[in-house]
Amino acid sequence: MGQDLIEPTEHGLYCAAGDFYIDPWRPVERAVVTHAHADHARPGSHRYYAAPSSIPLLKKRLGADTRIEPLHWQHRYRFGDCEVSLHPAGHILGSAQVRVGDGHRVWVASGDFKRGDDPSCEPFEVVPCDTFISEATFALPAYRWPAPGDTAQAIHDWWQTNAAEGRASVLFTYALGKAQRILAALRWLTPDTVYLHGAAVPLTRIYRQAGIAMAPTAPVSERDSSDGFAGELVIAPPSAHGSQWMRRFRRPSTAFASGWMRIRGNRRRRGFDRGFVLSDHADWPDLLRTFAETGAQRILTTHGRADELVAYLREQGYRASPLATAYSETGEAD
Amino acid sequence: MERFSRLFHGLDSTTATNRKLALMRDYFRDVPAADGAWAVYLLAGRRLKRLIGPSRLQDWLAETTGLPRWLITETREHVGDLAETITLLMDADTSGEPDPRALHQWIDEQLLCLRDDDEVTQRDRVVAAWRALPPDQCFLFNKLLTGGLRVGVSQTLVERALAEATALPRTVIAGRLTGQWQPDEAFYRGLFEPASHDEDASRPYPFFLAHPLEESAATLGAVDDWLVEWKWDGIRAQMLVHRDDVILWSRGEEVITAQFPELREAAVSLPAGTTLDGEIVAWRDGQVQPFFQLQRRLGRKRVGRQLLREAPVAYIAFDQLEAEDTDCRDRPQWQRRESLAATIDTTADERLMLSPLVAARDWQELDSQRAAARENRVEGLMIKHREAAYGVGRRKGAWWKWKIEPLTVDAVLIYAQPGHGRRANLYTDYTFGVWHGDELIPLTKAYSGLNDSEIRRLDHWIRRHTRERYGPVRAVEPAQVFELAFEGIQPSSRHKSGLALRFPRIARWREDLGSHDADTLAQARELADGIAG
Ligand SMILES: [Zn+2]
Ligand SMILES: [Zn+2]
Repeated sequence: MGQDLIEPTEHGLYCAAGDFYIDPWRPVERAVVTHAHADHARPGSHRYYAAPSSIPLLKKRLGADTRIEPLHWQHRYRFGDCEVSLHPAGHILGSAQVRVGDGHRVWVASGDFKRGDDPSCEPFEVVPCDTFISEATFALPAYRWPAPGDTAQAIHDWWQTNAAEGRASVLFTYALGKAQRILAALRWLTPDTVYLHGAAVPLTRIYRQAGIAMAPTAPVSERDSSDGFAGELVIAPPSAHGSQWMRRFRRPSTAFASGWMRIRGNRRRRGFDRGFVLSDHADWPDLLRTFAETGAQRILTTHGRADELVAYLREQGYRASPLATAYSETGEAD
Repeated sequence: MERFSRLFHGLDSTTATNRKLALMRDYFRDVPAADGAWAVYLLAGRRLKRLIGPSRLQDWLAETTGLPRWLITETREHVGDLAETITLLMDADTSGEPDPRALHQWIDEQLLCLRDDDEVTQRDRVVAAWRALPPDQCFLFNKLLTGGLRVGVSQTLVERALAEATALPRTVIAGRLTGQWQPDEAFYRGLFEPASHDEDASRPYPFFLAHPLEESAATLGAVDDWLVEWKWDGIRAQMLVHRDDVILWSRGEEVITAQFPELREAAVSLPAGTTLDGEIVAWRDGQVQPFFQLQRRLGRKRVGRQLLREAPVAYIAFDQLEAEDTDCRDRPQWQRRESLAATIDTTADERLMLSPLVAARDWQELDSQRAAARENRVEGLMIKHREAAYGVGRRKGAWWKWKIEPLTVDAVLIYAQPGHGRRANLYTDYTFGVWHGDELIPLTKAYSGLNDSEIRRLDHWIRRHTRERYGPVRAVEPAQVFELAFEGIQPSSRHKSGLALRFPRIARWREDLGSHDADTLAQARELADGIAG
């Protein structure tokens, strides 16, 4: 087959046959963008291509007058000598896997993906391929996620316990994706309004405009804070922890929702009262299941714990190797 | 079992000391004695004799999960704890029914019995437990299997909780928890008994504390009215010598006898009914050693022979509180000192010595002796009034400490994070670095030392000059220089700088200095060499 269909260059993952980049980290002529997280959607490129439901989020991040062409789900578009199509990755709203075929072989670049239930985005689609480019953020067997419904219930119970003690509950989580996923799950558990830090307000609005049903929300800034938000649930980005902004809450109980909370040491070090295990990345069993289901013989890994995964896959008979990329190592970009 | 598991997870999921105290107190109050005994045993940090080695457990885990052995090792390294690794890898397979047995019964039947099993049976039992227990209990099981609980409660906190549950003084509980005891029903019942006469005799006297001398020594009047000694750089301890036992109490009122077996051995040669006050110091070749040598001996349950050889200690006595079973704290300092000298004279053991007097004709001469203190590896001088009684707590006028000037280093603020409590909304927790080439290497954290308006001004600056954030921590532009004062500096493999400071604090905000005027790592190392060498 000769040259690889997609290769890392100093600008990003490049498909020479189609002359385009996937999630480039430096400005390029044509960029296919998997999703709107900061480490994947970087400004400065001439023209972007993305799934329609990703476009409002990308415009929020990159600027309203950015040129972004919609690529409709599953529709094959011609780029040079290749056919390119997008397929849902299940990571956040509008997150896509990029399928590239040149008539001889099929490659899929998955961006970030997950397989667990998430009512706030399009579910992951298995796309048969020869080579699968995978993230490896949580690629160790200790990372196995509990059922997302159980985590949502645990968050709700924590909130109710705090409410009974007259305390505010401040849940830290990434403002794009995770916050809306939690809001969509809470819709089934409570009719109450959830209060949002300013960083999550416009993003949540975009989700609503896309038709995602979520628990009712209101900005923290619009609520009278004289009672210290007693009994309320507040969602905020982790950067707000320990900031002046926290002053309005009286005796708040704090929690962090992230895949990293699976490890006790992380829960203890972070200094939050509670840690909820909830991730928008595939866990170990789902990584392996996905590789098997795509039928790929070759697995290339991007961000995360590539070494162990690559070694394990080789033992299992895959051709596997890590790709050098500039995506966030921790999956914590928002 | 379930109740203890809930207590354990309650303790594990809070950092608030008062919350931990309340959880333990409530548990101790009405738990059946046989379970309470085990809870005390485990929470106080005692451990079961190791039942199965970690390597074998990892072999079984690999076999059970079907994962390669090397991947088990990598995962354990990432997770940082074998007990947790097992729990995380097994928690999809567990049936999840909590074990209904009582704690003591469960420990007997699930853990202690493994001791007598052959390897095949051990493996079957252990794997069956991994499969059967819900994650919380599985974690507890693995913790006990691999060692101690380490749940972030100190022995002192356990004692406080028991003291509240039993309504007895903490020092009585502390005495009851020292030495050999079995975690059985009778032991736990015994914790609730009223204190006996002997137990009262085993409690330390409140420590008498010195005031720092801030004004000129000349204000103290005639130098002849004072007894002057070195201020030793060790840990303060009362030594209680009874007919059949010796107890060492630290200033935090913890029993530390087990950490210093050679001192117990030495003290047996003293007359019974004696209580001394003094300082435990690292000691070798007739000389006190740097504090970090002593540090190696602290916080251990047991001290091995090698460590005893490598880090020997001595007890430098400076006061006698009890002689022939009689409280003599009201006698004047000079009399107590004479009695102490006579007591020390009764032993030939070189590990027990009398703190010598520092003689001088006037304060000026003392001042120059004080200036040489660091070379003698002492912290300064203690000045005690000849007529002073041994008081309670810190009382002005009787005992003074005249410390040497602290060491200082100019360092650059590199990270900041919010403080706690009243200052939770301000950046008050600072990390400082020194130059190594063109890189700033973190040297130390320091909290106190700035006044409120400086704290607010610095907080404001930090917020506007943040370069990066990791969770609550902000990395700031390297621009602000602070003079840090500290009492000692020593090599440390745990710090990137290779150095650890003792009692670091901010002495001054050096707004007159730019970041490149700050000190280098090499300069800091020289300070360490100057003391340790
Ligand atoms: Zn992402
Ligand atoms: Zn990513």
